[in-house]
Amino acid sequence: MIEQILSLQSWMTFLADWKLFAQAFGVTLMVSVLALLLALILGVFFGVMSTSSNPVLRGIARGYVETLQNTPLVLQAYVFYLALPYIGFMIGQISVGIYAVGIYHGAYIAEVVRAGIQSIPHGQAEAAASQGFTYVQTMRWIILPQTVKIILPPLINQMVNLIKNTSVIALIGGTDLMNRTNDWATTGECIYGPPFLVCGILYFILCFPLATWGRNYEEKLKRRDVHTTDKPAAKEAEGSAS
Amino acid sequence: MRDPCVLCRVVLLTNNFLQIPYIGTCRLVLHGRPQYFQTLTFQDGVCVSMIKLSHVHKFFGPNEVLKDVNLEVKEGEKLVIIGPSGSGKSTTVRCMNGLELPTSGQVFVNGVELTRKNRTELVRSTSSMVFQQFNLYPHLNVLGNLTLAPIKLFGKARKEAEELAYHYLEVVGLTDKAMAYPTTLSGGQQQRVAIARALCSQTKIILFDEPTSALDPETVQEVLNVMVKLASESITMVIVTHEMGFAREVADRVIFMDYGTILEEGTPEHFFVNPIHDRVKQFLGKILY
Repeated sequence: MIEQILSLQSWMTFLADWKLFAQAFGVTLMVSVLALLLALILGVFFGVMSTSSNPVLRGIARGYVETLQNTPLVLQAYVFYLALPYIGFMIGQISVGIYAVGIYHGAYIAEVVRAGIQSIPHGQAEAAASQGFTYVQTMRWIILPQTVKIILPPLINQMVNLIKNTSVIALIGGTDLMNRTNDWATTGECIYGPPFLVCGILYFILCFPLATWGRNYEEKLKRRDVHTTDKPAAKEAEGSAS
Repeated sequence: MRDPCVLCRVVLLTNNFLQIPYIGTCRLVLHGRPQYFQTLTFQDGVCVSMIKLSHVHKFFGPNEVLKDVNLEVKEGEKLVIIGPSGSGKSTTVRCMNGLELPTSGQVFVNGVELTRKNRTELVRSTSSMVFQQFNLYPHLNVLGNLTLAPIKLFGKARKEAEELAYHYLEVVGLTDKAMAYPTTLSGGQQQRVAIARALCSQTKIILFDEPTSALDPETVQEVLNVMVKLASESITMVIVTHEMGFAREVADRVIFMDYGTILEEGTPEHFFVNPIHDRVKQFLGKILY
């Protein structure tokens, strides 16, 4: 493999097929964006639900989170891929990947959202109730806007994980970046080095800027925390983020 | 026939006999439930109880925090509730806007029974609250705090809501802080903003839950001054406080609570000159001298 990486010949062969990899990279990017959207929608929905005072709603949210968090993503992907046709859903590998990854990370994001909401002092919800805001209005206008800032760092973390986990599509045969790399490397002349190296770099340039930005933002929050130590409300709200 | 009650649109014929006019628009609970009538006070066919607690009991787990509290606040009245910590003062006012629902008993606000179902709507149109910990929305500036409810709940246009906000900021003397964020303000300023926010809902009732207890002694007075100013208006005010000088100045009526019951009730003169109960004498003696 090392010789291959150093060999000009294998790079030439690999680069001749760059369009295949560009296209697969595009698929991974698209799957990431769509799965993220799904995960965010599910995460906010179930996160808010798990802070509800209604035990049934809370139970449903708990069930979703625990089931998805405590079984492997690969298993879930296989189940979606193999079981859905039986109940009449014929969907492609890529779509299965989007649903599987989105639903899986939705559970994690729900937990992030729940923790964020619970870190907002109870007085905020009481003030809203005393003005006559309904539960949904309170969440929309008062609690969630305050939560966003706090949960951004763990949320970024989840986004990075989500991008990496889209590679599960390779297992069910969708042509994402991971699958294309493996396919290309294991057929024909069996050139492993360049494709796997480039594949890693491509994932890295998607994830690294995100992760760095998330970490910087967290540092900024911490620094501001120090400046506002004499303001108990702000400290309480932001302290839980670190 | 007399005019219908301005609050509940029900016509009172004589004391407890009533004729219920089924006006299509009337959505109030009193409709067809004459039993409630005996609990509310009417003058000339008009319901004058703004808030009424009737046999209210409240349990937190095994602790009975309120034991059969009966209390009526008339329209425009300034009621001050005093008493030691843990006596149920805060719980009593929190029952008045549905932040706590009584374990048993009834709460009426503006002639309507407050229930789990209607509390949001009823509270929105009738009462607002000022908290001990201010509870301003930290992600919004002062103007945002003041205009949120008028815009989102009462459907006012932004311009109209801002005019309203500036009007009440002037009342509390903080017009220059409109663009500031709550965390940059002092405690006294935050509480004055909270009062302005309560005023922006333009409700008939404002509840104050120990509004000066979290403030340092120097800023207490600036908040009290604003409240004294409000007391001259027609707003119904229920105030839980430890500030006896203030209580004496603004109260129409003072009640003393201890162990979840109302121990004594009377005018400020009665209270501060010769209270009846030894417990009240003892409490006032400690707090006044």
